Amino acid sequence: MKTETIPTLPSVGESETVVKIRNLNKSFGERAVLKDLSIDLRQGENLVVIGKSGAGKSVLIKCLVRLIEPDSGEINVLGFDVPRLDVKQLRELRLQVGFSFQGSALYDSMTVRENLEFPLRRNLGITNQEELNQAVEESLADVGLSHTIEQYPTELSGGMKKRIGIARTLILKPKIMLYDEPTAGLDPITSGEINDLIVKFRDKYNTSSIIITHDISSARATGDRIVALLEGTIKMEGTFDEMKLTKDPELAQFFNY
Amino acid sequence: MAELPVSMKKILLQAADVAKFVGKTLSYFVKPPFEVKEILKQCFAVGYRSLFLIGFTSFIAGVVFTRQSRPSLASFGAESWLPSLVSQAVVRALGPLITALICAGKLGSNISAELGSMRVSEQIDAMEVSGVRPFSYLVSSRVIATTVMLPILVIYADLIALFGSYVTVNSINGSSLSLFINEALGSITYLDIFSSIIKAILFGYAIGVIGCYTGYYATGGTMGVGKAANSAVVTSMLSIFIIELIVLQFVTFLRQG
Ligand SMILES: Nc1ncnc2c1ncn2[C@@H]1O[C@H](COP(=O)(O)OP(=O)(O)O)[C@@H](O)[C@H]1O
Ligand SMILES: [Mg+2]
Repeated sequence: MKTETIPTLPSVGESETVVKIRNLNKSFGERAVLKDLSIDLRQGENLVVIGKSGAGKSVLIKCLVRLIEPDSGEINVLGFDVPRLDVKQLRELRLQVGFSFQGSALYDSMTVRENLEFPLRRNLGITNQEELNQAVEESLADVGLSHTIEQYPTELSGGMKKRIGIARTLILKPKIMLYDEPTAGLDPITSGEINDLIVKFRDKYNTSSIIITHDISSARATGDRIVALLEGTIKMEGTFDEMKLTKDPELAQFFNY
Repeated sequence: MAELPVSMKKILLQAADVAKFVGKTLSYFVKPPFEVKEILKQCFAVGYRSLFLIGFTSFIAGVVFTRQSRPSLASFGAESWLPSLVSQAVVRALGPLITALICAGKLGSNISAELGSMRVSEQIDAMEVSGVRPFSYLVSSRVIATTVMLPILVIYADLIALFGSYVTVNSINGSSLSLFINEALGSITYLDIFSSIIKAILFGYAIGVIGCYTGYYATGGTMGVGKAANSAVVTSMLSIFIIELIVLQFVTFLRQG
């Protein structure tokens, strides 16, 4: 097992900023998706990013783990200078940043158990079956789905898949969680369960999270702080109650539900 | 320098992409670590998926070719040449071609659809962030599997086709198996076998690379997966005939020289 220490920037400990993005730009062809975007995530907070579909929310969090290469700008995550990491450092970074995908992205060809074992075997090199079982069972219990352990993803409902996707991510005990539309396409009751999980994990594991959503009730339930991504950049920031009083007509649409 | 037209630029960029992909798959043939378990699993899947279809079509091809050639040989009073004629046709052309075309349809579409759906449902991204190199895990294991398995399948197809031919000959004139084998094998040279194996390796590699490339870079949701699988089949079938022609040129040159 790895025992290397993780390099941290002096600034991180002090201000407790775990993610710092400055002047981030990203275009696809002619289309500028992110324009001079700057944002901070502080230790232990749930930061919600709202924005309409196609606004570039997924692109934003994918830049944080280099699933997408930004065109320019600074990205600092847990002291890692993200755009300039070598392969080894990138691995270390990804070990500490959990990514919950919009469609849950469970591996179809594997059972729930194998899905959860995968990052443990691959990332931490754990091969001891007892150790694996224990971690998998704990993680499934966390999301309340212990009984699905031998099932395949196609046998599960959308909400169950989401929760297992989150469990697969949390099994590595990441310091930062990135949730891409965790409640999209779910009924209000299931959405509520997911919101509760997100809050529970922040409290239990002291993770810092960025939660992408266009679901305003989810923003209210999970967010300590909310920012709006409009026209490729952060337009507004505040608590839910502050944001609700906005005069911006586009932003106001989110709150007139 | 004059601006290249947009479509031209696109084609060149795509060609560069393909070249990079091909180079990467080639380098992974010799670059550890190998995903041994995945490679074996894929080899098994390749054989398992195509064994029946190849056997069935090869048998029929052997029967049909034998019955169709018999009258013209008989009109020269050369009916006894039938086994050697058939075996040359099977080993040099029919066996490899039938195997490759069946595999292009069966495996090419399968690989492409499998990787394509993993791409559009973000499973490949999920692998990437959980510390797996999806390229060696998904792509190179499949390319290695098709490259290794095609020669084996070609030998299998040859044997079944010759068996089909023997059954036909036997039903007409009751000749013995040992006589048939003697005559069939007698006319085959090492060059025939060698070039047939080389061809099979090239076919297998082409089917694997094309299936993987189209699937791995599939975009545009489920529609995109269908398109990817379709273009995998069409492109690999075309390239099979091109490889056939090129190898034919070489072999003709060697025979003369
Ligand atoms: N890999 C890509 N290639 C080209 N365009 C992309 C890619 N990823 C995202 N885009 C474009 O960027 C824009 C923002 O996408 P996204 O971040 O997924 O939106 P959302 O805010 O709904 O998550 C969209 O217009 C999308 O078409
Ligand atoms: Mg999105």
